[in-house]
Amino acid sequence: MTDTDADSRLSMTWNNGVLPVLGAVLAIGLWWLLTAALDIDPFYVPSPPDVLDAMLRDPRYLADETWTTFQRVLIGFGVAVAGGLGLAIVLAASRTVERMTMPLLAAVNAIPKVALAPLLLVWMGFGNSPKIVMVVLVSFFPIIVSTMAGLTSTPADLAELARSLKASWWQTFVKIRLVWALPQMFVGIKVATPLAIIGAVIGEVVSPDHGLGSVIVGSGANSDTALAFAALVLLAVAGVVLFYVVAALERLLAPWARAISS
Amino acid sequence: MIRIDAVSQTFRGRRGRVEALKDIDLDIAAGEFLAVIGRSGCGKSTLLRVIGGLLEPSSGSVTVAGDIVTEPRRDVAMVFQRPALLPWRPVLDNVLLPIEIFGRNRAESRDQAERLLEMTGLAGFATKLPHELSGGMQQRVALCRALIQNPKVMLMDEPFSALDALTREELAVELQRIHIELGTTIVFVTHSIGEAVLLADRVAVLSSRPGRLNKVVEVPIPRPRTFGHNAHMDQVAAASAELHELLLDESPRPARA
Repeated sequence: MTDTDADSRLSMTWNNGVLPVLGAVLAIGLWWLLTAALDIDPFYVPSPPDVLDAMLRDPRYLADETWTTFQRVLIGFGVAVAGGLGLAIVLAASRTVERMTMPLLAAVNAIPKVALAPLLLVWMGFGNSPKIVMVVLVSFFPIIVSTMAGLTSTPADLAELARSLKASWWQTFVKIRLVWALPQMFVGIKVATPLAIIGAVIGEVVSPDHGLGSVIVGSGANSDTALAFAALVLLAVAGVVLFYVVAALERLLAPWARAISS
Repeated sequence: MIRIDAVSQTFRGRRGRVEALKDIDLDIAAGEFLAVIGRSGCGKSTLLRVIGGLLEPSSGSVTVAGDIVTEPRRDVAMVFQRPALLPWRPVLDNVLLPIEIFGRNRAESRDQAERLLEMTGLAGFATKLPHELSGGMQQRVALCRALIQNPKVMLMDEPFSALDALTREELAVELQRIHIELGTTIVFVTHSIGEAVLLADRVAVLSSRPGRLNKVVEVPIPRPRTFGHNAHMDQVAAASAELHELLLDESPRPARA
């Protein structure tokens, strides 16, 4: 081991581990300082210890609600990813289908999804389905758009190589186009992760049953602002976890992408 | 091996029709190394794509090994200006790509792939990813990928033009060795007179707009040839001078109204 190796490992730990934690700690400190210095009523903005209190008051309950929301997010997100990829592949295969479908998709995407929440309630009632469908609706579009962009960005020289080898459409698709599209697919999937969580919370706020969205609605009724903040913090944590899981998956599946883009 | 018979190619662009090639007639013998040289935009790449079956000529025909070319053939390999490697595949897997696409057994071709890598000086690089290699090494990989097709004909489209001068010469000398060793028929598009004289048995000079066959210059220098001093400097100088004249002769003249 040379000194530079040790140095670069140290700076990696510093950049990827210490700095983000330091940033979070500073932000929480600032929040605490402001609530204390301006003497803000915890009913409006609770201080960090108030929020921690609310979390620890009934950790079991909050853990269950977090898990409920996270499950809805995961299922909906999974459906959106699978459906987005599937549909993008169909669209990439046929120009006719693409021309017919893309404007329609853009129109559907332009509809504010919140406006659909009451309809989902009418169609599917209470329970899990309308929440999961909401997750799918909000996270589907960025995935399909980025996947399409990736599938249609195959470099001309690779396409020509495939043609000169008399590769079939399917061979070209699987061995070249699809793999080439991976990094861009992941851009869309990463954009979709926070949207998925927003979708779940919209569903839960519109028809509260379980989940962190429902906790927030309930805390409003009980004037328990600290609990609402606790739920928000948990949502943020869930979002960060999901994002980094996707990022780790990207590194695993397309480790070459970072190397050629830099 | 290759017969080019009255090939013309017209493209319809936004500004009307562009005649890229006009009435090209050329026979290329088996085992011959033919260089095609001309100014930028003279249609030399177009000619190569027509021979390779990537473009259908507007009129005329190309025959390879007795068959009229209507689509790419698996015994005709192409090497492009850029290496066109798949960035996620290690070197060995890039070389084996044609084998996979042809549906042949990878394991059986592995030895050959490794021999080719060894022959082109890439023995220790089989597991590296393309971006870990220099431009010259990447182009060597592309060359191996073409050679694993066991091609009767190799079509090379300015394969060294993106490389620095020394790497170019190095690769040209290597290509000469491979040609001597394997006897593959090679059509080599270039705009470097030095490369053409080093490598080719004959040099086809194309004129621009429309691309016509101006002249075919013989290079009767015995192989192996080198870029440095050798016994045939007079012939090298003569061939180079003739090519210079032919190419510079049609320097762009002011357009007449």
